[in-house]
Amino acid sequence: MGLFFAQLLTGLANAGALFMVASGLSLIFGVTRIVNFAHGSFYMLGAYVGYTLMQVLPGVVGFWGAVLLAGIIVGLIGVIVEICVLRPVYSAPELFQLVATFGVILVIQDLTLMIWGAEDLLGPRAPGLKGIVRIMDEPVPQYDLALIAITPFVAFALWYLITKTRVGILVRAATQDREMVGALGVNQSWLFTGVFFLGCALAGLGGAVQLPKGGADLLMDFNILTSVFVVVVIGGMGSLPGAYLAAVIISVLNVFGVSYMPKSTLVLMFLVMVVVLMFRPFGLFGREEVAGEHGQVGEPERPIKPAGLKIRLLVAAALVLLGLIPVMGSNFAVVLVTDILIFCLFAASLQFMLGMGGLVSFGHAAFFGGGAYVAALFVTYAHTPMELALILAPLGAGLAAVLIGWVCLRSTGVYFAMLTLAFAQLLWSLVFQWGDITGGDDGLVNIWPSAWASSNMVFFYLTLVICAGGILLLRHAAHSPFGYALRAARDSSRQAEAMGINTKRIQWVAFAFAGAMAGVAGGLFVFSKGSVFPNELEIARSFDALIVVFLGGVKTLSGGWVGGASFEATKDYLTRFEYWRLALGLLIIAVVILAPEGIVGSLRKLGERTGILNNAEDKR
Amino acid sequence: MSAVLTVEHLSRSFGAIKAVDDVSFVLRQGELLALIGPNGAGKSTCFNMLMGQLKPTSGVVKLNGEKITGLAPRQIWRKGVGRTFQITATYSSMTVIENVQMALISYHRRIYSMLPYAHRMYWGRALELLDTVGMADQADRHCAVLAYGDLKRLELAVALAHDPKLLLMDEPTAGMAPRERIALMQLTADIVRDQGVSCLFTEHDMDVVFAHAHRIMVLNRGQLIAGGSVDEIRNNPQVQEVYLGGGMLFNAAEEKADA
Repeated sequence: MGLFFAQLLTGLANAGALFMVASGLSLIFGVTRIVNFAHGSFYMLGAYVGYTLMQVLPGVVGFWGAVLLAGIIVGLIGVIVEICVLRPVYSAPELFQLVATFGVILVIQDLTLMIWGAEDLLGPRAPGLKGIVRIMDEPVPQYDLALIAITPFVAFALWYLITKTRVGILVRAATQDREMVGALGVNQSWLFTGVFFLGCALAGLGGAVQLPKGGADLLMDFNILTSVFVVVVIGGMGSLPGAYLAAVIISVLNVFGVSYMPKSTLVLMFLVMVVVLMFRPFGLFGREEVAGEHGQVGEPERPIKPAGLKIRLLVAAALVLLGLIPVMGSNFAVVLVTDILIFCLFAASLQFMLGMGGLVSFGHAAFFGGGAYVAALFVTYAHTPMELALILAPLGAGLAAVLIGWVCLRSTGVYFAMLTLAFAQLLWSLVFQWGDITGGDDGLVNIWPSAWASSNMVFFYLTLVICAGGILLLRHAAHSPFGYALRAARDSSRQAEAMGINTKRIQWVAFAFAGAMAGVAGGLFVFSKGSVFPNELEIARSFDALIVVFLGGVKTLSGGWVGGASFEATKDYLTRFEYWRLALGLLIIAVVILAPEGIVGSLRKLGERTGILNNAEDKR
Repeated sequence: MSAVLTVEHLSRSFGAIKAVDDVSFVLRQGELLALIGPNGAGKSTCFNMLMGQLKPTSGVVKLNGEKITGLAPRQIWRKGVGRTFQITATYSSMTVIENVQMALISYHRRIYSMLPYAHRMYWGRALELLDTVGMADQADRHCAVLAYGDLKRLELAVALAHDPKLLLMDEPTAGMAPRERIALMQLTADIVRDQGVSCLFTEHDMDVVFAHAHRIMVLNRGQLIAGGSVDEIRNNPQVQEVYLGGGMLFNAAEEKADA
């Protein structure tokens, strides 16, 4: 009983930092509609800045002063980011901003590495709260008790700010209808900046306040990001009480999970989230949140037409050129282009469901990695030949997508995105923690192609045929009745339902189709590398695909593979440098600001402006 | 003439508010029936129940004698009911003709087909439909750049794509210029006459209603208070009171009912 109570207290103490970070994310999303991927980075910055300040400021006042100051400093950094990076892209197509925040993650990661070094920092203990208290014979750190006491005050202060003050009224009004707030004479840009300050300051505060418990390290940003997403989704986007309750549930669950079911800790949190969303699709205290419910931002999407003869010839020529690479180029080029081709198919599969279907998935890696693991497991345990494994990979991934899609499509918008993320994480933790079968962190190795395809050159041609074929198939599907029905469901589900289209089912089929195509890419990937590791399933891989689709141009047909090719090639070049993340991050931010329609979209615009391409509507 | 649509004791409550209260009526073959009433009278609630968007608290809706209450909108559509929306709903990323083609593809149950090019399917029939509403010359325009009146006409073409027996139009002329209103309703009346479609519509503009409706029903506070020919309704003192203001009829609390 004593141990149980002590663990409950630990859970409550852990909930403090989690709540602060989650409420910040929730606030920012509520007002600006931006899913701030970089929120974990601000949390990390809070920890590092707090650490440095604690070295300088002495005593009790110094410690708590450092925590507060860290919050304020991180808030100000958030303001700089908002003004320099996000303001220029508010008018871009929706969700494009999250690409910018992804760039911010990379930049902050490398800057932190530059300033504080790669070593993990051990957090200083709070002066006056270094001891432990015995509660029912169990030791409980004094600092935990302090955290348990402080968090409700922070929560209350925040609640007071939001519900009782003029600023709070503006924030709530903007959450409901920001255009109306603008029309009533409120300076929107400063409201956004203010909210960004508050949200980031909360993240920084959370990072600093957990220092005595967890210290600071460079993996903090992604580690907390998943928990924060889960908390915000369980609680309901934009709900403070929801965030608090969910933070407590998750933290307590984690503590108990560690002691009673150590193998399942990573899975547990996502299971809870899935269960909650099955019964309450918009979180415990949330309301329906449809991406784009505030009208389309930016230009409406153009009608599509199959490529004309000229473009077809161009594509054929490009494919011939690609086919010449093994003859002309180096072995290195062959391997690199193989990688790029596989990634392009992966990106194109996401593009299909995101661009055509408006289904924003944050967890598409589940099907890429899933396909890869299906192939690897069959080869390892059943000695399946490559040819069969390459067929089983998309089947497995497609099946997974059928199941995952069935659950995820109960929700819409951001909740849908979060659910897909949760399932990808679920799959990842399954693979990671079920080491006996999957090899865990060591992965599965020695999975090589059949003898006839074992040379780099032959495998390259195999990849070229499958990937180019896959991308062309996806493209054709977009022009088929299926693709049209999918777009119809996205453009106006009301009208689509009123003309006999079962919108949920068509989206489900598209989800499975895209998953299977990602599985094809995953299967090829295993054989090109000879091995597979859990990181093919992790969030970063999902984000890669997502970023690429937006960079290429989400409102275009070829955005996926164009973005994929540019991104992979650039990354390959940049990773030779020490601070490549910084460079890549800045590059992404630059593309986002300079080409808000994505690479393809902006090139098309340029073409139309210069008269190389003609726009049908201009002629009227 | 035979009854196309039969509505029996249809009711819908939102909490304590009865948005639609025991409404019964019959729509006969080839009839152009108007449902009128002040804001908050329950017209849209009524419509949403007929089309399956909203489940009635009680009551039955029959199409050609077959019960359709409880069916999803898409199932009701398959039974031969077309509808247009109060606020237009079109596919903004497609061209005008593709919007109509989409309805035809769905009508022929080809939406899961992955082989043919969608923009070539049922092109001729789609153009015919656009011609019916006078939109053929704009067939290849991007739907997102259309004027509002043209969107309304496009929606009508889309609603006619599966040769419906019954057409439900929720404020077909809302947001249009006066001249356009008359033209659109004239077009609808022509279609009803030429194609033997029956049509139920709601409308605020009395000129439009009196000029084209064969019969009128008046809804107030969720209840049908009158029904009859144009002249009967025009001279009905109760209807006049509702429209010209009896003072107490427009309580703020009751206006919520239509939400």
